[in-house]
Amino acid sequence: MHIPDGFLDAKTAVATGALAAAGLGIALRQARRHLPARRVPLLGLSAAFVFAAQMLNFPVAGGTSGHLIGAVLTAVLLGPSAAVIVISAVLIVQCLMFADGGLSALGANIFNMALVGGVGGWAVYYLVSRAFKGLFGRVLAAAFASWCSTVMASVACAGELAASGVVRWSVVLPTMAGVHMLIGLGEGLITALVLTGLSRTRPELILEPAQVAGARPYGLVAVYGVLVALGLALFVSPFASQSPDGLDKTAEELGFDAKARVTVPAPMPEYTIQRFSGARVGTSIAGAVGTIAVFGLCWGLARALVPKGQPKDVAAPAPRQ
Amino acid sequence: MQPDFLDRHSRSDSVIHRLPAAGKLAAALALVVVVLLWPARYLPLMAVPAGLLLLAAGLSRIPPSFLLRRLLLLEPLVLGVALLAVFQPGGWRLMLLLVVRCTLCLLTMILLSNTTPFADLLRVLKALRVPGLLITTLMLMYRYLFVLADEAQRMRRARMSRTFVVKRGRQWKVLATVVSQLFVRASERAERVYSAMCARGWQ
Repeated sequence: MHIPDGFLDAKTAVATGALAAAGLGIALRQARRHLPARRVPLLGLSAAFVFAAQMLNFPVAGGTSGHLIGAVLTAVLLGPSAAVIVISAVLIVQCLMFADGGLSALGANIFNMALVGGVGGWAVYYLVSRAFKGLFGRVLAAAFASWCSTVMASVACAGELAASGVVRWSVVLPTMAGVHMLIGLGEGLITALVLTGLSRTRPELILEPAQVAGARPYGLVAVYGVLVALGLALFVSPFASQSPDGLDKTAEELGFDAKARVTVPAPMPEYTIQRFSGARVGTSIAGAVGTIAVFGLCWGLARALVPKGQPKDVAAPAPRQ
Repeated sequence: MQPDFLDRHSRSDSVIHRLPAAGKLAAALALVVVVLLWPARYLPLMAVPAGLLLLAAGLSRIPPSFLLRRLLLLEPLVLGVALLAVFQPGGWRLMLLLVVRCTLCLLTMILLSNTTPFADLLRVLKALRVPGLLITTLMLMYRYLFVLADEAQRMRRARMSRTFVVKRGRQWKVLATVVSQLFVRASERAERVYSAMCARGWQ
């Protein structure tokens, strides 16, 4: 999902850069205030951990391989603000050292993966783990949040690419979201397995959700929420509006329609547009059904990993005889 | 694993390597911006920045085979998205533009990372008033990246030497065990690093 240089136009790069800088700034401020000094090196080590874990490939169907993204895992283990710093550090090193993800797209990548993926995923985790108690609830929440985080980040990424005029929204959204709905399943499975393993062996390494958020979890969520919402409003909502094709409409409104003058006429342009509104309803329904199905899958997974008779309190497991 | 698999040539010596890191970072940024804002009409003239880059690559005395391999490693990603662009009106032209642009930017960044030690780049960022906590995190990450990557590979090798066949269902579980062990080791190491930092007067 790392956007390379060259795919984002100037306005998108600048806007995402500003959003990313604001989000990272808030995270650093939050960490300076609330992070105990002894946890400071843990940020650097966790970033190295995420990087190393991303190098462990696992086979996916069809001979391809995938790897852990780790946004929700980090957020669950360290809290949302620390996760934003950790994932941003990973992205900065990947950009500067490996040319993976462009310099001009660094802001967009930080926005997608650290803010939308990390904080957005953590928000899902926080809400679901409050609704379902105990280790079962946390595993369920982490698995579901990992899936949501992967899909949300890919939708944000698709929005930025479409807003830059590189690819059509009607092409890039199904492709990106479709692929990442599958990748998200693997991400959710691994996150759930890792979390179960850790909470059985080293429960003290996992922060309680309440411990992370402090006394005012909703304040923190609201601050990040405004940023994420702003980004989504800029890049995704123009496409989700009632107009036939968001990009065309935005281009018309902003007056750079002439720039996109067609050199090769599209085969049956009307066909795409007419089909699109019907396809949108279909996509929405499919998305909703898919999300519910994934939640069900996560429920089954969490039940399999944490059978009903288990002690409910994770932080203080029953002493082994 | 070789400890320098990412930026293998960043510490060798050449005219380009000896330039100040701040200058190189600024030049890379400028080059990326120029290439990105290059009007599509003058696509053939893109040979000028490309020539500059190739000159820099030649002066840096990094083996061309290394640069090429790194480029090929990153190019599929570019081609993937560029292929999606074909579905647009005027897609082929757009795709060509995208591929040229992206390749030039990739080459710029590969050259930057292989002619400038990361610590020097961080020093530039620090001078630019990037918050200290982020710099510390980046420094520690860079320092322990190779240690942890090595540890992960060792765990993987140890597991493979003890298993004849990994069943498909177990593969996930094994991977999860490696990942959680890796986190346990990372956080234990973080404790030790904290003690060591305090012992050396870190505030």
